[in-house]
Amino acid sequence: MSGLTRNCVARVIIQQLFNGLALGMAYALIAVGYSLVFGILRLINFSHGSIYAFSAHMALLFIGMQFGVIPAIAMSIVLTGLLGVIIDKTALEPLRKKNSIPMAALITTIGMSNIIQNLLMIFFNTERKPFPAFFDFGMIKLGNLQINSTQVVMCIVSLALLILLTLIINKTKLGLSMRATEQNAKAASLMGINTNFIISFTFFMGGASAAIAGALISGYYQIVYPGMGFMVGLKAFAAAVLGGIGVLYGSVVGGLVVGVSESFAATFIGSSYRDSIAFIILILVLILRPTGLFGKKDIKKV
Amino acid sequence: MAYLKVNSITKQFGGLIAVDKVSFEVEKHEIVSIIGPNGAGKTTVFNMLTGVYTIDQGEIIFDGRPIHNMAPQSIVDLGISRTFQNIRLFPNMRVIENVLVGTHLRTKYGLADALFRTPRYRKEETEKTLRAIEILKSIGLGHRIDDYAQNLPYGEQRKVEIARAIATDAKIILLDEPAAGMNPQESEELLSFIRELRGKGYTIILIEHDMNVVMNISDRIYVIDHGKKIAEGLPKEIACNQQVIEAYLGGVKKDAKG
Amino acid sequence: MDKNKSKRNNFIFILESFIEKFKIPIIVICAAVLLGIPFMGFSQYLMRIIIMIGIYSMLALGLNLLTGYTGQVSLGHAGFYAIGAYTSALLSLKLGFSFFPAAIGGVLAASICGLLLGLPTLRLKGTYLSIVTLGFGEIVKMVLTNWDKVTNGTLGLKNIPRPVIFGIKLTLANNGLYYMMLALVAIVTVVCVLIIRSKIGRALISIKEDEFAATMMGIKTTKYKILAFVISAAITGLAGAFYSTVIGFIEPNSFTFDVSTLIISVVILGGMGTIRGMFLGALILIAFPEAFRFLMDYRFVVYGLVLVFMMRFRPQGILGWKSQMPYKLPKAVRQQLEKLKTEGVKAQ
Repeated sequence: MSGLTRNCVARVIIQQLFNGLALGMAYALIAVGYSLVFGILRLINFSHGSIYAFSAHMALLFIGMQFGVIPAIAMSIVLTGLLGVIIDKTALEPLRKKNSIPMAALITTIGMSNIIQNLLMIFFNTERKPFPAFFDFGMIKLGNLQINSTQVVMCIVSLALLILLTLIINKTKLGLSMRATEQNAKAASLMGINTNFIISFTFFMGGASAAIAGALISGYYQIVYPGMGFMVGLKAFAAAVLGGIGVLYGSVVGGLVVGVSESFAATFIGSSYRDSIAFIILILVLILRPTGLFGKKDIKKV
Repeated sequence: MAYLKVNSITKQFGGLIAVDKVSFEVEKHEIVSIIGPNGAGKTTVFNMLTGVYTIDQGEIIFDGRPIHNMAPQSIVDLGISRTFQNIRLFPNMRVIENVLVGTHLRTKYGLADALFRTPRYRKEETEKTLRAIEILKSIGLGHRIDDYAQNLPYGEQRKVEIARAIATDAKIILLDEPAAGMNPQESEELLSFIRELRGKGYTIILIEHDMNVVMNISDRIYVIDHGKKIAEGLPKEIACNQQVIEAYLGGVKKDAKG
Repeated sequence: MDKNKSKRNNFIFILESFIEKFKIPIIVICAAVLLGIPFMGFSQYLMRIIIMIGIYSMLALGLNLLTGYTGQVSLGHAGFYAIGAYTSALLSLKLGFSFFPAAIGGVLAASICGLLLGLPTLRLKGTYLSIVTLGFGEIVKMVLTNWDKVTNGTLGLKNIPRPVIFGIKLTLANNGLYYMMLALVAIVTVVCVLIIRSKIGRALISIKEDEFAATMMGIKTTKYKILAFVISAAITGLAGAFYSTVIGFIEPNSFTFDVSTLIISVVILGGMGTIRGMFLGALILIAFPEAFRFLMDYRFVVYGLVLVFMMRFRPQGILGWKSQMPYKLPKAVRQQLEKLKTEGVKAQ
């Protein structure tokens, strides 16, 4: 192998690594939504992918209304957070009150996902719409490496948000209530914690972080369409499970593993494999470690 | 050698020693009770006997054969079956179906027999159904066979659990607080039923809180406290054992005050 | 409220007694209607939809065995459906198999995958198992998309031959496919009933009800869960094989996650853990998008609403009641009990 090609391969690897890290951080933001909700309700929120798609469309809508990119995204974040709350209040909370079987809630979120996605299709049509590359500041040179600034921005923003989320959960009173509800909702409610509010808040945080991820990924690919949430949702979900669902830093590691392996698979195996590599890793991890990489073991009481 | 010999078994959960070198023996056709305050480790002992938990130390010999750390299914197969402290029936199945699940292990036909409704299938299904009805009648649930298990009152649900345990053709039946939630008359009936079982050749190990039941029925009693065996003997001896009164009855008194 | 409940149960009791009493005429009428459908002058388009209802009944029966009876939620049944369809289509296209051996091939391939997918049940439970099945469905789709040489990738397989019986090609026009659908649905239904009303069925249900208690009654839960996966996959594979020959064209996108959720929706809408519900569920959910074309794009929104409202107001499904009739004892047992009764009377 000549020096030139070796150099070239090394550069591709590093470039793909950054590519994967950036995507992975964004996946982590979406994964957090799955993880938080699962932690508290033991529920896979299948509508989360559609929530993410919703956020991107809202951002697009407000940008179209000349609000400016950043205010538009801020509004989309709030609206998407509210959508999460609405889904919980209208569809899931009644089920909890009735003590329904877990599958009922699962199917409800699948139904919700259907509703959101199809409404998006009706109001925004199914076409792929351009999204402004609002955080592209050109290439950044690091020695003889060229890194896309969008990737750096994605990494930094996601990382900052994830740290913020961790601080909220670990250092604030609200976070303490969240953790208490996660451990034992009944006991928490007996201790005077308004668990319904905590659950709503959790849905809001999940929705809001999905909206931020939506803005980042849309700005990165510069494309928005109603079906965009499906695959990304599944992959983020895989990331959440991979890291150990219910564990926040697990989502980050899971997101990075999925993002990096995806971009490497796309480069070295073929782009049509990119969407499935997450699932292959996921299944292997689950079979070897049923609760994910950092998942806590449930102690069974007989 | 004793029919069931438990030799210094130990179970640890993290730093907590739930059961600490407990030993006891049960002879054929005996009714042996294990008593002790809440959280003493009685149910853990049952879980070790039935293969739910592996044991950290010691051995359990049943009929001359070590059974510790075997799969629960194999232990049932050898003839040790149980009921549960917090009833674990199959709530949406009928009473008779619950008992038929108990006979599963002794029903030998396979998928092909079921699909082609072979004579073997018919013969075994008939046999087992009759057996299930017989067990239910003997326990006083003959009128309940069509009901769904969840629709039965508490006391009757406990009886279904016992019926289900018998249906596995168990030799030793472990009863985890069988009289809990029963009124005095029901528990009186239950006592005579348990005696009847012994008469039919079963061996019974009992966990029970109701001292009335325990003193009445047991051939011998083992007392556990904080995971350790603190006394053993005949009901009379246990009733006046100072250590037991302190640990067990004393505990009750304290509870009553609080 | 209690009163209301007993009233409703009473209604079910009356309904069930009625059905039990007029069992034979009802069966005859149903059979006559089903056999007579081709003579009612429906268009080929409608006949194709009716056949799809049959296919989804089979799919639902298959998933029901796993999810409704055994309690293992699969989110990847489209994978088995695809494996059945592709294996059978490839066997007939590339190796010239006729439909029946090809379909058997499809069933076997799906069963083997069912076995493989069932193995993780050794270690995984509940939600985690569902996730693995979801991943399985996606991976099957990936393989179908990328294994160009065999599966023709995204272009799919065309001109899949129709079944031939006694030299007669079964088509939509001569209603051969319709009758074949009837026969397959009947076989699958009978197989499901036979399994459920046996010790195997009781073992499966006990696992759903309380897996730990089932273990403690000596049931080898892992074995039965894997068995449920295999049988479920086999039935789904059969439906796939039939689908490929009915439509004549398959591509990876015929087997998306949406298909998996549609199958689950059929099971849930009809009534999990019942056989009767599967037919009604398939009828409603397959006919719905066609019958409500006037709703245009909104019909898929309504479809989501149906799921949400069902879960809220009737989670057991439309036909998901528990039988109020006495337990059906084996014939010999009934005779024996009669004999005992009369003897008892004599003795007194």
